Amino acid sequence: MLNTTWIRTIKLGFKSLMLHKLRSALTALGILFGVSSVIAMLSIGEGASFEAQEKIKALGSNNILLESRKPPEKENQQSQGTSFSAQEYGLTYDDAIAIAETLPAVEVVVPIRSIPKRVRFGSRVVNAQVMGTVPTFAAVTGTRLAHGRFLSRVDLERKRNVAVLGAELARKLFPLTDPIGKPIRIGAESFRVIGELAPPGGANDASASATATGAVFVPLSAARSFFGELTVKVSSGSREFERVQLHRIQVRVDDPGNVLDTSTALRALMRKRHKEIDYAVEVPLELLRRAEEIKRTFNIVLGSIAGISLLVGGIGIMNVMLATVTERTREIGIRRALGARRGHIVAQFLVETVVLSCLGGLLGILLGIAIPGLVEYWTSQKTIVRPVFAALAFGISAGVGIVFGLYPAWRAAQMDPVEALRHE
Amino acid sequence: MVTAEPDSNETLVRFEGVERHYRMGENLVRALDGVDLEIRRGEYWSIMGRSGSGKSTLLNVLGCLDRPTGGRYLLGGTDVGGLEDDELSSIRGLRIGFIFQSFNLIPQLTVLENLEVPLFYQRVSPREAAERAVYFAGKVGLEGRLHHKPNELSGGQQQRVAIARAMMNDPLILLADEATGNLDSNTETEILALLDELHEEGKTIVMVTHAEKVAARAERMLVLKDGRVEKVVENPGRGPARC
Repeated sequence: MLNTTWIRTIKLGFKSLMLHKLRSALTALGILFGVSSVIAMLSIGEGASFEAQEKIKALGSNNILLESRKPPEKENQQSQGTSFSAQEYGLTYDDAIAIAETLPAVEVVVPIRSIPKRVRFGSRVVNAQVMGTVPTFAAVTGTRLAHGRFLSRVDLERKRNVAVLGAELARKLFPLTDPIGKPIRIGAESFRVIGELAPPGGANDASASATATGAVFVPLSAARSFFGELTVKVSSGSREFERVQLHRIQVRVDDPGNVLDTSTALRALMRKRHKEIDYAVEVPLELLRRAEEIKRTFNIVLGSIAGISLLVGGIGIMNVMLATVTERTREIGIRRALGARRGHIVAQFLVETVVLSCLGGLLGILLGIAIPGLVEYWTSQKTIVRPVFAALAFGISAGVGIVFGLYPAWRAAQMDPVEALRHE
Repeated sequence: MVTAEPDSNETLVRFEGVERHYRMGENLVRALDGVDLEIRRGEYWSIMGRSGSGKSTLLNVLGCLDRPTGGRYLLGGTDVGGLEDDELSSIRGLRIGFIFQSFNLIPQLTVLENLEVPLFYQRVSPREAAERAVYFAGKVGLEGRLHHKPNELSGGQQQRVAIARAMMNDPLILLADEATGNLDSNTETEILALLDELHEEGKTIVMVTHAEKVAARAERMLVLKDGRVEKVVENPGRGPARC
């Protein structure tokens, strides 16, 4: 019985709204834009932070990264034209040993040399980054192999000239054939391919593959003896000589709980060992925390903007409903004379507003799902629409209907029936 | 709430010194100023008086749209003065049938839907409401117009719908406020004949009018002046009524 009463009240609401189609549509539009902007903003925010978090996670939340950086003073010196002295800076082999030996929570230390070289197979030549590293690299970065094997301890000890190709590099050099066992030339040296990395599979497997996919991995010892430590950069007519032992050191800590303490100790250790800040320490876990904070702020800001548009929509609804109530004063009087209680009148107008805002809300959900799709299509900015956003937005639109419909409905119900009947 | 159905010939309405005063700026307006009245089941009353004499206020109080500010109003044994707003709504919905001068149909609803409105608030099932609506539409001769909107009907037809609507809840008392005031004389005659018919079927009717010819149809005529009862005329149609 109660249900049929509500159904009939809702039907009545629809009917009244259909009396003024344009007015109702324009009013619902306010809610439509509000709801769709809530969903779109949340989805875009969520997508952006998801991407950032995935990138950070790919670095490994147990990891601490050290990178060589050219100290700024040396850059100045460079521009003054002392072009033939080699600059020496950055991380050293001793750093790697010191980190492994002095920091108790450190599980694995992976030193990496990174040298740009031409890689050639037959007539194909590709510019690639040669990564001299150790066997533990694969485990620490979560790199997976498609074929063959990764570098081994024996490769390292014997300075074997073997190479593991990144997926993209493998595809460029060996578009048709299996690269395993094939001879390639890196710079002037010849190497033998022993493995090929798996292409990054899906968003979760951004695992160092962003850099690894176009790289070729060789034993660190081999890289050191074949390519030396001197790199030459030719830029705008002048030559730059640089002596960098290690470009990166990747440190794995035994437990995520120890990461922050270890990073503090590591920074202290590095400050002691280096006079200049010719390195950078990156702690993915810290970045992750920061990214989460940024996301929170981002969501609050976006949410508030969207909330304001919903508020405006709600005020629009209230405005229209107040006009409707005045316009239908007579009807209210008639209904009261025929036995409607105040509650009936409140229900009638409230249902009307809620129907209006829910209709706007439903259409807004559709638009709100479409917008992130278009954004992703045009800007390749990742977006994530979660069902909870739609539910939230719909809930808000129904809520807006109730909140902003309550006052007009209450005004309608408070009318004196005699006065209302006299209204022209 | 509302007491059991009274027996026939019982007093339906008893006014004991009913007052309806209200403030208008500085002045106290005595729209009703001590009215005594007793209406029995099945009677047909007309209420006359000049404009401002309190006729409409009397009808509003009778119909529980307005509450007396003094005195006592018993409707079917219930003291209306002490009731809450919701209880007054219930009484209007269950016991009162209103017929207005300007018909007061809801414009966006069809004839059928207009007829169903009073039952909607009494939680009568849609099917039963529809059946009764069809029955009463037939009774006032509008069975062919069920799905028309009020603005597609003539004034007389609209007033017929309004009468049918007033009958939907089988009210104790029908209150008509200048029911023929907006109609031409032919239509007026038809509408009055319809009211006569309802009266013959036993309905209690109270009709406010300023036309003596109309008032003469009633069994008793109450003449109001300045919020007080000037006189009650028995069978006004038989002799010349003097106001």
